[in-house]
Amino acid sequence: MSEPEAMKKTTYREAVREALRDALLRDERVFLMGEDVGHYGGCYAVSKGLLEEFGPERIRDTPLSELGFVGAGIGSALGGMRPIVEIMTVNFSLLALDQILNNAATLLHMSGGQFNVPLVIRMATGAGKQLAAQHAHSLEGWLAHIPGLRVLTPATLEDARGMLWTALEDPDPVLIFENNTLYNMEGTLPENAGPVDIATARVRRPGRDLTIITYGASLFKALEAAETLAREGIEAEVIDLRSLRPLDDATYLSSIAKTHRALIVDEDWRSGSLAAEISARIMEQAFYELDLPVARLCSAEVPIPYARHMEEAALPQAEKIVAIAKGMMSHG
Amino acid sequence: MAEFKMPSLGADMEEGTLVEWLIQPGERVKRGDIVAAVETQKGLFEIESFEDGILGEPQVSPGQTVPVGTVLAMIQADGAPSPSEESPPPASEQQGTEPSATTQAPVVAAIPVPAPSQRIAASPAARRRAAELGLDLAGIQGSGPDGAIQLSDVEQAARPASGEAPPHAVLTPSSASREGMRQAIAAAMSRANREIPHYYLETDIDLSRALLWLEEENRKRPIRERILPAALLLKAVAKALAAVPELNGYWLDNRLQASVAIHIGFAISLRDGGLITPAIHNVDQLNLSELMKAMADLIERTRANRLRGSEMTDATVTVTNLGDLGVKTVFGVIYPPQVALVGFGRITERPWAENGMLGVRRCVTATLAADHRASDGHRGGQFLAALDRFLQTPDDL
Repeated sequence: MSEPEAMKKTTYREAVREALRDALLRDERVFLMGEDVGHYGGCYAVSKGLLEEFGPERIRDTPLSELGFVGAGIGSALGGMRPIVEIMTVNFSLLALDQILNNAATLLHMSGGQFNVPLVIRMATGAGKQLAAQHAHSLEGWLAHIPGLRVLTPATLEDARGMLWTALEDPDPVLIFENNTLYNMEGTLPENAGPVDIATARVRRPGRDLTIITYGASLFKALEAAETLAREGIEAEVIDLRSLRPLDDATYLSSIAKTHRALIVDEDWRSGSLAAEISARIMEQAFYELDLPVARLCSAEVPIPYARHMEEAALPQAEKIVAIAKGMMSHG
Repeated sequence: MAEFKMPSLGADMEEGTLVEWLIQPGERVKRGDIVAAVETQKGLFEIESFEDGILGEPQVSPGQTVPVGTVLAMIQADGAPSPSEESPPPASEQQGTEPSATTQAPVVAAIPVPAPSQRIAASPAARRRAAELGLDLAGIQGSGPDGAIQLSDVEQAARPASGEAPPHAVLTPSSASREGMRQAIAAAMSRANREIPHYYLETDIDLSRALLWLEEENRKRPIRERILPAALLLKAVAKALAAVPELNGYWLDNRLQASVAIHIGFAISLRDGGLITPAIHNVDQLNLSELMKAMADLIERTRANRLRGSEMTDATVTVTNLGDLGVKTVFGVIYPPQVALVGFGRITERPWAENGMLGVRRCVTATLAADHRASDGHRGGQFLAALDRFLQTPDDL
């Protein structure tokens, strides 16, 4: 250990706000744009106070027109700015999908390498807050399907604080998915916390018996499950993907080479999902390491329900992870 | 719902005595688990389950003697409905000393038929490890889902047997079963001489080259891993059978059913009399070290009464080696429904004329007793010629 760093108490929400302030202070080309980000302070209160500090030129409220303001973000990025566009939830990003796929992700290719689109789009994702089926889906796996994009899923305070600046330095479009159940998460960060790498997955808990591959809010369910499993003598290794595109195959494959068992936990639906993609990659690259079929725990294939007990039942939960892991360990 | 039945452990077995349940009712059974011990005229055998599930109430108690095919207990498959009216009548209605129509029928069905090759369920990691260790998956019991072989099963199988406690108390056959074994051998051999038109061929094989090669090879090996000449002979038989497949398999339903797999029944004399011919599986696919290990394992388990039922039923040919008793030539009686028996006598120094010169060579007399319904002397001769040829190039065995 080096000398202890000065730590401060914070929340995920404050960490994202700090990241935004840091970026706005570092680079005058950076501005924030989205629905209710200014006067209202952001629908999750992430940008509260930024309008007062940076003024309406750099903290811009937009009309309810995702296609329009994402397109404006792409235009300003092409024009030399470093826009951060906020979309209220990933469900609404579908309105802007034409701009995201046909322009942001494609212009570098269509221009023969002449035009990069240095755009960052932040959006909330995930269920668990009784926001019902039009505000609660986890569609980041869909967007991670698209070549030309980088897709990030900060789960920890460190990543909430550190991924934004690294993303802004990337010359190509980056989508950042903030799981809305994490905004109130409390913890500590070093006073001098800053940018982090956005290319690698991390082992958040080492273990020898099975590999749990996850990201976003499911990370904490997996870590809770791993604690429970440890009390019963099962050591789960928990991997936080952090980046869904590109995927850092090496980290989870080397873990599977040790444990020979893999469980993917993803709040997205199972069919045609990122969990399916990871499972296929494991089969392609680590088939002879596997001692059991790859297991997946995803959300029930229904629109996310409004009622609390049904919403909870539809999502991956720590108890389900424990049950699946125990089942996987009951053989040999 | 599956039936766990009194198995047939040979064409000559008509009934068996349940000695002990090794898994209790209500307990989980996995494919390959030893469920019960059964005493037959040939000795005590451990009987494996071919199903996964929960063992139901026993329908036969220890000590009861029942015909082959009698249901001993039901095994409720995972997820299957619980037992109901479809349960078969309890064994008490089927047993009895007087043979009846119901007790006769299963005996016919009990003649071993070569099983269609089934892919063994094993995880990719287990397959790779088994390949690294040179282990045959067929000999490994799986503990994974649906009885699949997992990494830990392979590691377990690779551990030396000495470090492992026997799973169950060693069972000792009663002296009465020795008498039974005599009766069983009598029945099988009578049937062989009654039904099988044997023909016999004999040839002397010069083993000088093979034995020199073996001595050289053994010098390189630790004592425990040395190879005996008997392993060379078995391997050569397996290769020669692959060249003349009419000698490997069964005569069933008035026709030859040749077997692709070569499982050699290896005659083992018991110390206190009697004879057992358990099978070494897939001999053609084993290298000499593996074959030596399989032979040692089989002899040890035979003499400890720890054979598996499956080892008693699936030999496709028999080899009898009486060399250690000084016998020169073996004229064998075929074990039905097999179609051939290969015999070896003692390896001795003999005068040997070759290229106009007389020399002293170490030789063995190999014989073939074959079923004339299944093959002719011409093919039998080709078999012995192939056997000789393979023994002249021991490097390739």
